[in-house]
Amino acid sequence: MAKFLLYITLTISLLPFLAVSFSPESPTDRRVLVLLDDFAVKSSHSLFFDSLKSRGFELEFKLADDPNIGLQRYGQYLYDALVLFCPSVERFGGSINVASIADFVDSGHDLIIAADTNASDLIREISTETGVDFDENAAAMVIDHTGYAVSNTDGDHTLIASDDLIKSDAPVLFQGIGHSVNPANSLVLQVLAASPSAYSANPQSKLSNPPSLTGSAISLVSVIQARNNARIVVAGSLSMFSNRFFRSGVQKAGSSTKYQKSGNEEFLTELSKWVFHERGHLKAVNVRHHKVGESDEPAMYRINDDSDYSVEIYEWSGTSWEPYVANDVQLQFYMMSPYVLKTLSTDKKGLYSTSFKVPDVYGVFQFKVEYQRLGYTSLSLSKQIPVRPFRHNEYERFLPAAYPYYGASFSMMAGFFIFTVVHLYSK
Amino acid sequence: MVGKTEPVNGSVKQAVMSSSSSNPSRSDLLTNTFSLKSLKLKTKQQELLIRVSILCLVYILAFITRLFSVLRYESMIHEFDPYFNYRTTLFLTQKGFYEFWNWFDSESWYPLGRIIGGTLYPGLMVTAALIYWTLRLLRFAVHIREVCVLTAPFFASNTTLVAYFFGKEIWDSGAGLVAAALIAICPGYISRSVAGSYDNEGVAIFALLLTFYLFVKAVNTGSLAWALATAFGYFYMVSAWGGYVFIINLIPLYVLVLLITGRYSMRLYVAYNCMYVLGMLLAMQIRFVGFQHVQSGEHMAAMGVFFLMQVFYFLDWVKYMLSDTKMFQDFLRITVTCAVVAGAIALGVGTASGYISPWTGRFYSLLDPTYAKDHIPIIASVSEHQPTAWSSFMFDFHILLFLFPAGLYFCFKRLSDATIFIVMYGLTSMYFAGVMVRLILVATPAVCLISAIAVSATIKNLTLLIRTKSKTALTTSTKGSSGSKASSKASLDQSQPFQKNGAIALLFGAFYLLSRYVSHCTWVTSEAYSSPSIVLAARGAHGRVIFDDYREAYFWLRQNTPPDAKVMSWWDYGYQITAMGNRTVIVDNNTWNNTHIATVGRAMSSYEDEAYEIMRSLDVDYVLVVFGGVTGYSSDDINKFLWMVRIGGGVFPVIKEPDYLVNGEYRVDKGAAPKMLNCLILVCLSCLFIYFCYRYKLSYYRFGELVTEYGKPSGYDRARGVEIGNKDIKLEYLEEAFTTSNWIVRIYKVKPPKNRW
Repeated sequence: MAKFLLYITLTISLLPFLAVSFSPESPTDRRVLVLLDDFAVKSSHSLFFDSLKSRGFELEFKLADDPNIGLQRYGQYLYDALVLFCPSVERFGGSINVASIADFVDSGHDLIIAADTNASDLIREISTETGVDFDENAAAMVIDHTGYAVSNTDGDHTLIASDDLIKSDAPVLFQGIGHSVNPANSLVLQVLAASPSAYSANPQSKLSNPPSLTGSAISLVSVIQARNNARIVVAGSLSMFSNRFFRSGVQKAGSSTKYQKSGNEEFLTELSKWVFHERGHLKAVNVRHHKVGESDEPAMYRINDDSDYSVEIYEWSGTSWEPYVANDVQLQFYMMSPYVLKTLSTDKKGLYSTSFKVPDVYGVFQFKVEYQRLGYTSLSLSKQIPVRPFRHNEYERFLPAAYPYYGASFSMMAGFFIFTVVHLYSK
Repeated sequence: MVGKTEPVNGSVKQAVMSSSSSNPSRSDLLTNTFSLKSLKLKTKQQELLIRVSILCLVYILAFITRLFSVLRYESMIHEFDPYFNYRTTLFLTQKGFYEFWNWFDSESWYPLGRIIGGTLYPGLMVTAALIYWTLRLLRFAVHIREVCVLTAPFFASNTTLVAYFFGKEIWDSGAGLVAAALIAICPGYISRSVAGSYDNEGVAIFALLLTFYLFVKAVNTGSLAWALATAFGYFYMVSAWGGYVFIINLIPLYVLVLLITGRYSMRLYVAYNCMYVLGMLLAMQIRFVGFQHVQSGEHMAAMGVFFLMQVFYFLDWVKYMLSDTKMFQDFLRITVTCAVVAGAIALGVGTASGYISPWTGRFYSLLDPTYAKDHIPIIASVSEHQPTAWSSFMFDFHILLFLFPAGLYFCFKRLSDATIFIVMYGLTSMYFAGVMVRLILVATPAVCLISAIAVSATIKNLTLLIRTKSKTALTTSTKGSSGSKASSKASLDQSQPFQKNGAIALLFGAFYLLSRYVSHCTWVTSEAYSSPSIVLAARGAHGRVIFDDYREAYFWLRQNTPPDAKVMSWWDYGYQITAMGNRTVIVDNNTWNNTHIATVGRAMSSYEDEAYEIMRSLDVDYVLVVFGGVTGYSSDDINKFLWMVRIGGGVFPVIKEPDYLVNGEYRVDKGAAPKMLNCLILVCLSCLFIYFCYRYKLSYYRFGELVTEYGKPSGYDRARGVEIGNKDIKLEYLEEAFTTSNWIVRIYKVKPPKNRW
């Protein structure tokens, strides 16, 4: 019983530390600014907004040309994320412009861009900043004559049912403009690509020239994770966020299955979870290294030392930090190129560790963990550590192989002494 | 100078007089001019007093003539290499000897690092630290920097003492005193030993001369004790400077010459063997030298001569045992042939098996002045490694250049083991001085000594002439006591009636020349050799203008950059950045890794985006460039640029020198002359290439906005006297972080990779 009490008291006294060790700081965005073309969108897209609100986001709706809007005040950002549901805005009100949005992202904040047919130059420009290019033809829409969604009214096959997803039940409905991913940009990723039969053209006019964007090069929804882990979603359709698309049933052309509900809600909810850092956010803490058998971190290693390296990696589950479990986290011991490359072993509680022998090369090394997995924030840890050669007194004092030489020199000395004595006193 | 040489010869004459006449009667002249009767000193004591006081004065003179820079600027370290020496000395005094010995420096040569303890000559630092600790022990609260600044002048003073003893050993004490005085102010030596020039050479010349002196002494006396002292002198030299290779090759050469000229003696045998064996063992204690002493090609001559000495000794013994000359001749032939063949085979096998390393590039470039230019651009790029111009001989030696052959004449006239040595030292070092500017330093002691012999011998002869004349006059008036010798000299004088006047005139001529020498030396020291080169001075309309941009930039680095920031610059500035800026550098003045330097050279001479890749791979945070376009400072990075191209191109063949030249000419202005219109395209392309060239962009960034000189267009480059071609330069991967007040040093920050792309 006493033991039990002891445990209780211990746990209670340790509670603050436990709480601190799992950082209370949550990476999830809280304050979101939503810019709209008109407030009708607020009600017509209420399902999407409600799901955000229900997950704890504070949404602030503003008209895009509201003269009082601003992203920061006194150098502090007022919002954690920005949602641009204003495809036709020509000029933002207040202090927002392309550069300030770029700065907003560069300082680690998230962004959702929803364009639509006739997207304004401003929206295109912002998208270009993030690495995707909308079809230059302003009236163009993505048309797919094989992958369209069957509907009563729509005859031009611009309402697309796309199921080109990693894990999808119902197809996602899409109606809007296509974009292409800049091949020079390695950070952008197509999430929802058009089918190979799709092309981008103006459905009203006759197709005179071959369309500039065709097939699965057309991206419908793309995501970008910047180097500072800011996340961006670019969607070519504002209506895919709407209540109408969320609720409507879908039947893909040529397919007999008719889904009662489109995949939009699930798709966009998950996507918004990702973009607002409710999912796929990793953090690495307690990077430690020391010699085997010691606990303090040395300022310098010696060549051929045995080193222990450990790091704790946690994943944000939306509410708390959970241990991240993977078997592909690798450590590099790096000086211009990796001298040691080892996979870290995990104890399934977030702790990754390995031990290795420091190579027989001196120099300024780095412990490097470069962990980049799709959908996860990239972890880039590096810690500089010099590796020195042996000190003068760290070599072996007497080498067994050299004993003949020791013997030779000492016998020489003795012989010389005897010779001298004999030579001097023999007469 | 004049006043110094005069009494010397008087006293020497005194000695000659006293030796000629058996009783120690005083000279009339001396008793008349200096009324030393009251002091009641004997002649020898007088001579000693005069000699000691002259030496003291020379000692002090040698010290104070080197203080111009301290008085004019401040007590600071000069140039580039001394900053490294200062930094290591500081480390030594703070952390102690063992830490210093094992020091692995992670701040230089990032990311390779440098084992400082194993790659330097510790003599200078240990010397300075010992002086420092001694002063602290005596309760003098000095800063280590003051000690470092004044180490070189202090050792220059000591060198004068050694020069005196050396001169005394090879000629007489008069020559010794003249040598001490000459070397005290000789510009060739002052150039490397002014206050603040805290370089290895500062103590190494002292050690070099000391070793030579002790060796000559050992050869003259044949004493083991002097040979032992030589070995220790040699050890000190090895610990202080890589120039010890000169000693370990000159002494065997000298021994070889003595053997060939039939001057082999037991004294030589003792001196050389003891010096070589002990000196070698001691030298191997220096980590940087280590087994090189028995393994590298540069040291093989000494070893060969060592074995040759044993053969000679053996032959001597055999000759002593054999009475038959014919038999000995045969034996000699066989033995010598066998020895030479055995030596050659040993050398061949050693070289082929790699046990004996071949000569290094530096050694080759010493023997063959054109070698470095073709094979090792990094050696050729250093200004002090250039072949010497005639003017700099004149500048550094002045009248010694003419006295040197005269001294050689006197040496040959009175040939001895010692004079043969000084002649060989003089001739070889003069050759090396012709190969490289910096080696004038090594030749200076020899030139001073040989010139001193010339001065001393000439003046002695002249004064002798004048004195005998006056004496004969005296003897004729007093119906002389001296016998036949004086009368014979008198008869000689009578046959040449103008001899006395001629001698007086020559004497005055000599004094005039020597006084010119003194004023020249003082002028050179003051004007040419006392500028710290880290602080630049120019004569402006309102007197002296000081450009303290280097220290401004280093101070900025120290204060405004993160402690682990890595700075990339051309290697000239590496030591200063680590010592004064306390930041990690990619390359520095210790040019041991050519590839690393070439990588930096490549980054400097590539387009900006290629350079960015290289800089990212080296984790560079800041780039430091030196630019003289505003102040007209000519040794800036643009003028060094071709060397970057050459050194970079030596390792990375993608860099081609012709790409940077316009018709074989390096230029930065708008380029073509009007008559070159037909190849304008070519010119423009080449120019464009240079304009985009990275280094060029960095230096001229924002320069177009600046008007440097009244009446000239904006963007007028004063260092090259041209208006720059591209005034609107935009940088993509770098941003300007700091520019010093006179634009000499410009520091750029390397931007992190773009966030979204």
